[in-house]
Amino acid sequence: MAEKILLWMTVNGEARSAEVFPMARLLDVIREDWGLTGTKEGCGEGECGACSVILDGVLVNACLIPAVQAQGGELLTVEGLARKGELDPLQEAFLHHGGAQCGFCTPGMLMAGTHLLAQGGPGDEAEARAGLAGNLCRCTGYNRIVDAVLAARREHP
Amino acid sequence: MAQSPIGSPVLRREGGAKLAGATQYTDDLRIPGLLHGVTVRSPVARGRLRAVHFGEGIPWEEFTIVRAADIPGRNAVAHILEDQPCLVDGEIRHAEEAVLLLAHEDRALAELARTRVRLDFEALPAVLSLDEALETRERVWGEDNTFKRILIEKGDPFDWAAAPRVHEGTYRTGAQEHVYIEPNAMIAEASPDGVLARGSLQCPYYVHHSLQALLGLPPERIRVVQLDTGGGFGGKEDFPSMIAAHAALLSWKAGGRPVKIAYDREEDMACTTKRHPSRTRIRSAFAPDGTLLALEIEFILDGGAYLTLSPVVLSRGALHASGPYRCGHIRIEARAVATNTPPHGAFRGFGAPQSLFAIERHMTEAARRLGMDPAELRRKNLLRPGDTMATGQVLRDAVDLPALMDRALAEIGYREKRPLDARLHERPGRPRRGIGFAVFMHGGGFTGGGEVFLGSVAAVEGTVEGRFRVLAASTEIGQGATTVFGQIAAEALGCPLEAVEVARPDTAVVPNSGPTVASRTTQVVGKLIFDAALALRKTLLESGHLAEGGDVSAAARAFIAARGALRAESRYQKPPFVQWDDAAYRGDAYATYAWACYAAEVSADSRTYEVRVEDFVAVQEVGRVVNPTLAAGQIEGGVAQGIGWALSEEVVWRDGRMANAQMTNYLIPTSADLPRIRAFFEESPYPYGPGGAKGIGELPMDGPAPAILNAVQEALGVEARELPLTPERLLDLVEPEAADG
Amino acid sequence: MRGQPSACEVHTPETLAGALAFRAGNPDWRPLAGGTDLMVPFAAGRLGDQRFLNLWGLRELKGILASEDAVLIGALASYRAIAAHPVIQARLPNLVASARATGALAIQGRGTLGGNLVNGSPAADSPPSLLVYEAEVELASVRGGRWIPYAAFHTGYRANAMAPDELLTCIRVPLPPEGGVHYFRKVGTRQAQAIAKLSLAGWALPRQGRLAEIRLALGSVAPVPVRALHAETVLRGAPLSALPLSAAREALQADIAPIDDLRSSARYRRRVAGNLLEEALAALI
Repeated sequence: MAEKILLWMTVNGEARSAEVFPMARLLDVIREDWGLTGTKEGCGEGECGACSVILDGVLVNACLIPAVQAQGGELLTVEGLARKGELDPLQEAFLHHGGAQCGFCTPGMLMAGTHLLAQGGPGDEAEARAGLAGNLCRCTGYNRIVDAVLAARREHP
Repeated sequence: MAQSPIGSPVLRREGGAKLAGATQYTDDLRIPGLLHGVTVRSPVARGRLRAVHFGEGIPWEEFTIVRAADIPGRNAVAHILEDQPCLVDGEIRHAEEAVLLLAHEDRALAELARTRVRLDFEALPAVLSLDEALETRERVWGEDNTFKRILIEKGDPFDWAAAPRVHEGTYRTGAQEHVYIEPNAMIAEASPDGVLARGSLQCPYYVHHSLQALLGLPPERIRVVQLDTGGGFGGKEDFPSMIAAHAALLSWKAGGRPVKIAYDREEDMACTTKRHPSRTRIRSAFAPDGTLLALEIEFILDGGAYLTLSPVVLSRGALHASGPYRCGHIRIEARAVATNTPPHGAFRGFGAPQSLFAIERHMTEAARRLGMDPAELRRKNLLRPGDTMATGQVLRDAVDLPALMDRALAEIGYREKRPLDARLHERPGRPRRGIGFAVFMHGGGFTGGGEVFLGSVAAVEGTVEGRFRVLAASTEIGQGATTVFGQIAAEALGCPLEAVEVARPDTAVVPNSGPTVASRTTQVVGKLIFDAALALRKTLLESGHLAEGGDVSAAARAFIAARGALRAESRYQKPPFVQWDDAAYRGDAYATYAWACYAAEVSADSRTYEVRVEDFVAVQEVGRVVNPTLAAGQIEGGVAQGIGWALSEEVVWRDGRMANAQMTNYLIPTSADLPRIRAFFEESPYPYGPGGAKGIGELPMDGPAPAILNAVQEALGVEARELPLTPERLLDLVEPEAADG
Repeated sequence: MRGQPSACEVHTPETLAGALAFRAGNPDWRPLAGGTDLMVPFAAGRLGDQRFLNLWGLRELKGILASEDAVLIGALASYRAIAAHPVIQARLPNLVASARATGALAIQGRGTLGGNLVNGSPAADSPPSLLVYEAEVELASVRGGRWIPYAAFHTGYRANAMAPDELLTCIRVPLPPEGGVHYFRKVGTRQAQAIAKLSLAGWALPRQGRLAEIRLALGSVAPVPVRALHAETVLRGAPLSALPLSAAREALQADIAPIDDLRSSARYRRRVAGNLLEEALAALI
């Protein structure tokens, strides 16, 4: 039996900690220890993007990060997007364009979209499609997700 | 009210919660005292279980363990038959079949324990494909491995020897995995006092029905609740009954403690249902001018190891097999066969995509062989109102199929681009382009007399606050059911949308409005809600609490204060013209159809044999569109699934097991693989749908595959007849005899 | 999640020297970099290892340094950093293309080149580019460092030339002469998040109407990423106006040994390898 570590991070602007095994997946820490179940597991192999979060400014799949490698990190999850109960502009754009259907890929899509916007993109539809290609959706055919991200960039540059 | 609720792009009701990440799916719930259930499965496709060995290093005494012998009622997942056991009892009929259940409060330990159970079995020769089932060397079901046969005949026997032009082809489609992004999950609490099963599912009353047989309990002691569900597409139609059964058995044995079974992606892909693989043989006869004279179709589905829903899937496939064509002589022989693979099940389209793929490929091939433009061959033969379909059904829908086709071809630039494509093809090494299309229909609601048999009920009730609540068992699985139901009820009640709630599907609360399948939710259940809401409004009017143009909410409050409960129900009644003879397979197969023409422009890379869809146009007539945003979202998503099925989604079978049960190796399209999917609606109100609406959910699955392979024929001149058209298959078609290198 | 975190120990050194010292005494602890490869079999319960040497925090291995004649890439540099580096963009475009063809954004921001090489998948996207640029890798241990040609690194299917006490610390990519033509193509069925059916990287230097130099390498066509030396020999020095296409295609078949697997067939790989060679050569003219 391995020894647990005390993992501490800044999560959505707040300090949080958890006693976890070093090889626990960050995804499980987020969901089980911190109860932030907005981050989803769709495949567990870094393929679907449902567990996308932003760690130290980098978009990552939380299912591929061992807890020990997140020590001291700054984490943004879907729960950190809205401010005081108000959806952020990207979330609003998803709502109005119909970018969420079943909703299960949505948190990961929002994090990928947030990352693209933070990088100053996407400049056009092709860039949006390439940028979101690590996040699989089975409901929408992607039109409305792409439109939402482009609209958020246009309306809140 | 500013605008009629029906027809408005109303925002998704639960959208805000989904965007905030606040929606709780089954695996998101925190439940005190929860046990995690896991399933031990057969590694072989066919055999006899001899013994189960529990390995070293696991505290087995801490585990709840369930075997077939522990089942209090019947060891069956009850659907059409009760042939599928819930747990193997001696005989193994497919790989991944559930043998043993384990539960422990430590999820990781439960996973580890599952790897330490060793099954001792005798392997038997297995039937692993549709072709092997037809050979009947091994018999795994009845005399000839056949679950169900259907024969549809129209017209006198045709004299094929005298036919001027005959074309024949055999078309194959592979299994397709649903890949809803939320894997299956169920939670159950079960004891002889009662059962509560909650989870990710499409059909609460299917689970309810199945648990009665399994546990030997009366219906009133069973409660099934749908939790927020991350996609279904048919994949959560029948299989949740199995998972609920497993969770309930573990809970029962553990004295009623809650048990959750949440599949990971690998288990979900390998073990749950997929689209039926198919083989369709078509022989057609044409007059020299292209008039379709006769069709002879043999349609075969691989049902897998148990009957499950295969007869119904077969029925829908057979009823769509002759496509949207007028033809005097039709013979359709359909057959679902048994193999030793995990049972195939419901998947968006339910048999129709397979048979429509075949007929729509066949028509384009026939046109080219007759030297005709595929559009002109279809124009000559498309059904028109008043024509008679394969089952003798007279087409009542006011649809203009040639006009639908022309609109799709105009949108995609068929006439303008084709000459340019020919020029492009003169340059070697360049990708080749082509435009193809398919014309098709999809019957709304259950097949034949199915809706009458179901006799669905939905209700609307008023609350003391003057609000209204829709009560139906139809589930929100991403398609927008609750939003659409709210719009329909508000329209009929004459109240604002905000005054309408839609109850969570809970068998303790909602009546049985049937399963969430078959493109029936808006068209059939929506109509029940519409009628119940109208009846409720009528009650208010007749009681004197409501005047025309008055405030419905105030009237409801007053009514409830004066009389108590305010509730109206509606039970399904078939449209008066519908007649169906299930024994003869004659009559009105569906009360109405959605109609469409889909067109695809593809580029085919002559170096890598990769096909890319560059443009996609989906034109459909679906009655009145209740919510333009949601309807377009349904079409776009269905087309994306169809593109995946056409080009990349291949289940690789090895010894009856899915060998590529990972998202890395089973390739659904990403945003970078798809073009903008362009959906267009023609609206011809259907008198028996809510506000004129018809079903649309499955329609978009039917058209993409034939449209894309037809486009490949235009681009490369090859008659591709098998799905998915992977680069490897296309290489074999383009260069069949080429030496390696 | 079928992995067993409770059974797994992790050692996290503060410095490279500390990592090498630990590795010398504990050669069976599996080096763990960005995790994008290893965490997949771990979560699936298919990774035998239960002890990990966590290298992620070693800043010494994250940099990218360009000099006049080469680029030094720290083993822990991410694909994203590689693709964004101006000298790599200007002089080693195949490395940019192969980095951008790896997974999708979330993988590119986390996955490391060193981790990818040690993982040793024959289907990895960067190796063909490194082979055509004739990269070298640094293997370090408490005994010191040594450089070997990258072409000698993979010794068999998922096997490599590292001694048990060594770590891969740096990749040195010499800058090819300017005026060359670069070619990279990955064939993977889908545009992102795909494992290659095959890939081909090429670099050629046309001079005075002839193919003065040419290097070709492929992925997913053999147990290891391979340099197409036979094909190169046929092509080297040939006149651009009359490249021996069919002889080169034929020679290429001796360079590769593809198999049928979940993702493609041997026949497809052989045929398309030849086609991509033609496409690469067409790009030169």
